[in-house]
Amino acid sequence: MALIGCALVIAPLAVGAGLGNAWVRVLDFAALYIMLALGLNIVVGFAGLLDLGYIAFYAVGAYLYALLASPHFGLHWPAWAILPLGAAVAGLFGVLLGAPTLRLRGDYLAIVTLGFGEIIRIFLNNLNAPINITNGPKGIAGIDAIAVFGHRLSKPIDIGGFTVSGATLYYYLFVALALAIVFVCVRLQDSRIGRAWVAIREDEVAAKACGIDTRNVKLLAFAMGASFGGVAGGLFAGFQEFVSPESFGLMESIMVLCMVVLGGMGHIPGVILGGLMLTVLPEAFRHGAGPVQQALFGKVLLDPEALRMLLFGLALIAVMLYRPAGLWPESRHRREMAE
Amino acid sequence: MTVLLEAVGVGKRFGGVQALKDVSLTIHAGEIYGLIGPNGAGKTTFFNVLTGLYVRDAGELRLAGRPLNLASPHEVAKAGIARTFQNIRLFGNMTACENVMVGRHVRTQAGVVGAVLRTAATRAEEAAIRRAAEELLHYVGIGHCAGTIARHLSYGDQRRLEIARALATEPKLLALDEPAAGMNATETAALRSLIDGLRADGLTVLLIEHDVKLVMGLCDRVAVLDDGEKIAEDVPAAVQANPKVIEAYLGASHA
Repeated sequence: MALIGCALVIAPLAVGAGLGNAWVRVLDFAALYIMLALGLNIVVGFAGLLDLGYIAFYAVGAYLYALLASPHFGLHWPAWAILPLGAAVAGLFGVLLGAPTLRLRGDYLAIVTLGFGEIIRIFLNNLNAPINITNGPKGIAGIDAIAVFGHRLSKPIDIGGFTVSGATLYYYLFVALALAIVFVCVRLQDSRIGRAWVAIREDEVAAKACGIDTRNVKLLAFAMGASFGGVAGGLFAGFQEFVSPESFGLMESIMVLCMVVLGGMGHIPGVILGGLMLTVLPEAFRHGAGPVQQALFGKVLLDPEALRMLLFGLALIAVMLYRPAGLWPESRHRREMAE
Repeated sequence: MTVLLEAVGVGKRFGGVQALKDVSLTIHAGEIYGLIGPNGAGKTTFFNVLTGLYVRDAGELRLAGRPLNLASPHEVAKAGIARTFQNIRLFGNMTACENVMVGRHVRTQAGVVGAVLRTAATRAEEAAIRRAAEELLHYVGIGHCAGTIARHLSYGDQRRLEIARALATEPKLLALDEPAAGMNATETAALRSLIDGLRADGLTVLLIEHDVKLVMGLCDRVAVLDDGEKIAEDVPAAVQANPKVIEAYLGASHA
């Protein structure tokens, strides 16, 4: 425990010193994606409801932050007020998505959620007329950076001659919030509510017969998962200081789902591993593939970007073939897959 | 004798098929009530109507004098009717103990806030849930399997686990849908003594069963459904001698 704590504190400093600030930003994104993956894990992993439009809740949180803390409307609310509001609004959207889809499962639910995700993105893209709300495809720029105790995290601070970069400051904030989300997930998993979610995943009819109000319990899963996405979205907006609809496409939803599935559905450490790997490895590959080819063949044969997706696809197939329950599955899930 | 469950004129139609026709029956508190009939007679349909899985087209249901006009199965469970399924429906990847703990859901309260903060009340409730689950597992005779994944239990033990899970909801009426189906003679005998024990402990049991010997030996009273209609309701010996029943099972020439 203490070891993990130390590693988490030192990681950005070591990475920043060794590899440069761009890599600290990669870690920042890893923390954001871990929050998203944990949120989606509640819906997909615990309650067994396949959601392909999860990124919509990220978008809701991000745009809420952008609208309430940018020159676009001239509002400059503080982050500590917007983030909880973002969680609540995203949770509400979760219920809005969940309510009409209560009777759906599996592929049918996947199609409806996929549509929901696209609707949100297209709304954001087109809500610049007749009244300009979202500024359309141009996105919203000049968003206020997140400030903690009056200090904007985008600016580095000096501690006794040692400069801590803005990316590192964001890292600490994101990791702190990600840990809070991990805590909530762990507590919920091992509770009356968590058991009800798993019971619904296992057999919905039997769960009903046991007296579980499946409607409320499913809506709760949607709302909880969505609210984590909303928080992550708000953080994303404050961190990037810019949002546009293209950040919230279907590919992003699928990426988050891949993190959950590859890591190990329903298993919190596995999901964290999935989020970390799928953020850091593609980045490493993008930076590494060019120089490696240069060294081996004397020239860059394949565009690193194209090669990255190719290898990512192959890696996905390999994992699904050889570790179908994920890289770090829940023990009970592993047994299920072993059959 | 107090009446626990009263069904009056219950009807259910699926398209052109009248699965239940004007079924009326009364179950007394503390008895084992058998519901038998040939395949397709409407026994399971009656079960599903009773437990809220299907919405009835006609008729009245009253549990302990109170009308049972509930829309969904979880409300029926809350009202005090627990059931098992003909084809066992456990939460396969949860442990036996967790399965029974899910059964406590309807009698407990902890919500998200309590679970996250792990308040004293939630901890106490959680401990009580676990204790109750372990006791029930012992009660049905599979206490040693608490940590076993439900799917890995033997067939007979899975049936017992399903009964334990149903008991966890603190039912007034326990409805068992063919609990002996697929069991060998030893398992059936063990099941019989378990159900006998339930009656001794004051529970009312509604039993659908094909195993006529089991029904006749166990039940206080038996109703016979044929083609969606109740054709007899009496003590086992009288039902066995009833010509209508013999006709339903064996055809008119034997009656």
